[in-house]
Amino acid sequence: MFDYQFMVNAFIAILLVTPLFGLLSTMVVSNRMAFFSDSLGHGAFTGIAIGVLLGSSSPLISLVIFSIAFALLITYIKNRSRVGADTVIGVFSSTAIAVGLMIMSSGGSFNKFSSYLIGDLLSITVDDLIALSIVFVAVLVMWALLFNQLLVMSINASFARSRGIAALKVEAIFAAMLAVVVSISIQWVGILIINSLLVLPAAASRNVTNDVKHYNLASVMIALISGVSGLMIAYEFDTAAGATIVVIAAAIYFITFALRKRFIK
Amino acid sequence: MINIFKSILHHGASSPDCAKVCCTRIEHFGVRAGDLIIFDDVNLHVHCGQLTALIGPNGAGKSTLLKAILGEVEHTGSLHYVDAKGKHTGHPIIGYVPQYLSFDVSAPASVMDLFMACLSRRPVWLFSSHHLRRQVLENLSRVKADHLIDRRLGALSGGELQRVLLALALEPLPDLLLLDEPVSGVDQNGLELFYQIVLELRANEDMAIILISHDLDLVSKYADQVVLLNKKILAVGSPDEVFADASMKKIFGSII
Repeated sequence: MFDYQFMVNAFIAILLVTPLFGLLSTMVVSNRMAFFSDSLGHGAFTGIAIGVLLGSSSPLISLVIFSIAFALLITYIKNRSRVGADTVIGVFSSTAIAVGLMIMSSGGSFNKFSSYLIGDLLSITVDDLIALSIVFVAVLVMWALLFNQLLVMSINASFARSRGIAALKVEAIFAAMLAVVVSISIQWVGILIINSLLVLPAAASRNVTNDVKHYNLASVMIALISGVSGLMIAYEFDTAAGATIVVIAAAIYFITFALRKRFIK
Repeated sequence: MINIFKSILHHGASSPDCAKVCCTRIEHFGVRAGDLIIFDDVNLHVHCGQLTALIGPNGAGKSTLLKAILGEVEHTGSLHYVDAKGKHTGHPIIGYVPQYLSFDVSAPASVMDLFMACLSRRPVWLFSSHHLRRQVLENLSRVKADHLIDRRLGALSGGELQRVLLALALEPLPDLLLLDEPVSGVDQNGLELFYQIVLELRANEDMAIILISHDLDLVSKYADQVVLLNKKILAVGSPDEVFADASMKKIFGSII
């Protein structure tokens, strides 16, 4: 399968992007942000549509900027409003889908966007890989700086504030990081399933780990294994690579769920 | 054992000023939620080496007062900390043990993880440190919890969690320790052990301790100063003075 350059590119992309999803998913799950990260995928509808409207051939820059703004706005309103977080996220999420679909469908040209829905892992170019490498390093650095505070917040937000952690600031930076990783991967993984990669690795890892190091390690390994094996199976059976990866991650989740009593002390 | 501490270390009840020993002065503290007054015009002097018990009915504003002292809720009034030499030293180092720590009991985080996340800048997912582990073991042994270092947080009992949080509140060693005692979830043995540790701290570390307590029996035995709070301070003084006060009977009725 490595006779083709597009397969080599796809393989490198998988090696770069799945560990990121594995790491980020630990705090998405621990901080109960699964619904929030889901809304980032929905926000991408509008981000992509605006990019196309502005006439750029690849809407990536518009998508990244819009997603960061979208994530920060949700985080801000969520913390300022007395309404439940799920309601605030729900409002933003549905608005973004609707606006995006409206713009995309104008003139009856929705079909050209359908590749974003399921993603195309085989379309990755060398330029994409360079951008991905930069994001990879940046996320690792931010993750080293931010993780301890996120961990204390995940245990109890009020306790974190009493330890002097600027919870809103940390949450905002984390939300922006998620927005960047989601928007840069969405064209390959697809809007419909991107959130699975931010939930499944950590959800599976939690079933079998008792401390933070193993939680993170297992989550990264599960994401990586799902990614590599999913890509190979997708190549053999000619299925959508993103969806295949998610199906494998889901299978691992159910296996760990069945085994959890053996591992949890 | 506890009684020995009591007889040796029962300091005098609150002195009227802050001239001689290190002291935290809480002046004109007030907190409102919209139009609702949680408490108003609270003035309190807390001395080092003393255990101040904060008592009052449910909704009296006890927990909110601790959060105001922490700076976690907006409040009026000011807080001054003066050390033993009588010089202003700005804001004291405050240790805080919350009443409830509701968290996901399935969270894959150990006691050591929590300590490392709170005390170290090194990311917990990447590093481990033998040096820090030794320090955490020392911190935990202070509250007789060193055997819990690798226990998952969700597997701790109420009393164990309270002691782990106390150990964390003692690092770095605070000038002022705020304890919000849980109403439930800690059994009688756990409560006795907790009091014993707090009394040892009062004896050995010379820190000021404010304890919200629901156990009037233990309060009358061990507190140096008792503050009866219900939207404002109703009575303050030694346990004997406060327990003889008319407002005590009004609030706690026949319990005492």
